[in-house]
Amino acid sequence: MTFPNPPDIREATAARQGSDPAISPAASSVVVEARKLSLVYPTADKPVTALSEVDLTIARGDFVSLIGPSGCGKTTLLRVIADLERPTSGHVAIEGMTPEQARLKRLYGYVFQAPALYPWRTVERNVMLPLEIMGLPKAERQKRAREQLERVGLSGFERKFPWQLSGGMQQRVSIARALALQPDLLLMDEPFGALDEITRDHLNLHLTQLWRATGKTCVFVTHSIAEAVFLSTRIVVMSPRPGRILDVIDCDSLPRERTLDIRESPEFAAIAHRVREGLKEGHSYDD
Amino acid sequence: MTKRVLPVTVMTLLLLVSWYVGAAWLNWPQAVETLARAGNPAGFGDVLAQAYAMKRPILPTPDQVVVELWNSLTGYAPTSPRNLLFHTWVTTEAALTGLAMGLVLGILLAAGIVYTRTLEASLLPWVIASQTIPILAIAPMIVVILGNIGLTGLLPKAVICMYLCFFPITVGMVKGLRSADPLWLDLMRTYSASGMRAFWSLRLPASMPFLFASLKVSVAISVVGAIVGELPTGGQAGLGARLLSGSYYGQTVQIWAALIMASLLSVALIGVVRGLELVLLGRADGR
Repeated sequence: MTFPNPPDIREATAARQGSDPAISPAASSVVVEARKLSLVYPTADKPVTALSEVDLTIARGDFVSLIGPSGCGKTTLLRVIADLERPTSGHVAIEGMTPEQARLKRLYGYVFQAPALYPWRTVERNVMLPLEIMGLPKAERQKRAREQLERVGLSGFERKFPWQLSGGMQQRVSIARALALQPDLLLMDEPFGALDEITRDHLNLHLTQLWRATGKTCVFVTHSIAEAVFLSTRIVVMSPRPGRILDVIDCDSLPRERTLDIRESPEFAAIAHRVREGLKEGHSYDD
Repeated sequence: MTKRVLPVTVMTLLLLVSWYVGAAWLNWPQAVETLARAGNPAGFGDVLAQAYAMKRPILPTPDQVVVELWNSLTGYAPTSPRNLLFHTWVTTEAALTGLAMGLVLGILLAAGIVYTRTLEASLLPWVIASQTIPILAIAPMIVVILGNIGLTGLLPKAVICMYLCFFPITVGMVKGLRSADPLWLDLMRTYSASGMRAFWSLRLPASMPFLFASLKVSVAISVVGAIVGELPTGGQAGLGARLLSGSYYGQTVQIWAALIMASLLSVALIGVVRGLELVLLGRADGR
């Protein structure tokens, strides 16, 4: 029986053990850098260009949202950063490393569209999964899992199974699981897309507080303008087919500390307007 | 509960009635003959009573079978070859050993097929072809070949059981090992987990519901395999031997008692598998 996997993964894993990603030397303030990044999917009839000449720089501590209509390649861009897809051409660096090196060093935590919890594991054991793979001792795993579950407000749910939790709670567990790795970089792919608006508001507030408390760099994919403006320090507007960047909007006019009230402010409206204009320019509203 | 009890009771009653009618119809000519030989005047009631009390009926009545079961279970010590429990245990032993062997073989084959493309192309046709050979044809051959190299008793029977058992397990586990959600696999990749780790922590647990579905089929055919395996050995012990000696001496009541015992055994073993499934997966299943 063989388990095909490049041997370098295990070596890199072994080299990584014991060192803490949080105290790795911060070489520069640039966390993610993409230059002329393109990705073309070969399909049966004609190749589909998912990303076309994307240039993007994400600084440490930023909360960057990628916004655009469905099929604009925002998820693809996130997956390229996470080394879940390989670009056709161009260059991308995470902390000065290739995406593969960054993945092997477990530099990022990834939150998917769906909670993607393993149904046979309890909430706590789901959060402990990445720590088991890292080879942490049991006591440490449990400690970290408890901490992160507390951070997302789910203390007391450790022994529950995923099906016993609501959709919003499941997604919070998946955020706790990503945080348990203690990554500097958090990649989130429409984590709240499937939730109702009330739950989504609640989780947005939770997420922005979490981001401020931890100082992590976040890349957040969404198709909600309000969500993007509320959470972000910078918003990247993307257009569909081929996926390219139309506009990068700084949200400096909003305070770093966000409450739900800021959504009524004129600054908020101005940024939302600019995002909408950007999307219009990219013919996102065309049929 | 009552919704279930009523249909089951009605069906059982119908079955019993048709059984008695069938027994009277099939045993009638024999009963008439017996009475004529004794020279008694035979009315309808006499013939019917005789048809239901034959020593070697074509079709014994349910009460005859129950009495035979009761006598052979309680009349002798459980270790005596005259006790049906002794034979049931011999068959169970072979069936369970074969099931265990089939389980190991089935899982190994499935893992090979899932992980190696060449095995899928080369092995799967043979796995399917193996089940097109009638077990009645190959069982004596297995007994002869294994007997020739000095293996007798339990093992040849277990090998026949294994031959029948591994197939549903292989088919179920191939599907089960591939059942992991793509997001769950992506998650393993973001943790840069090794192939081995992904197998133990993801693919194998994800396949468990499929395994138990296959096991329920396998355990029943394993009993059939053990009985078939007992036929060519000349019938010293086991339910198959009981069937064989019953048919040698025209002991139809004994045959029916062994048949009922065999089906009770299958039902009990399926019940054990179901119980294990509930204990192991019940809470995670959410049902």
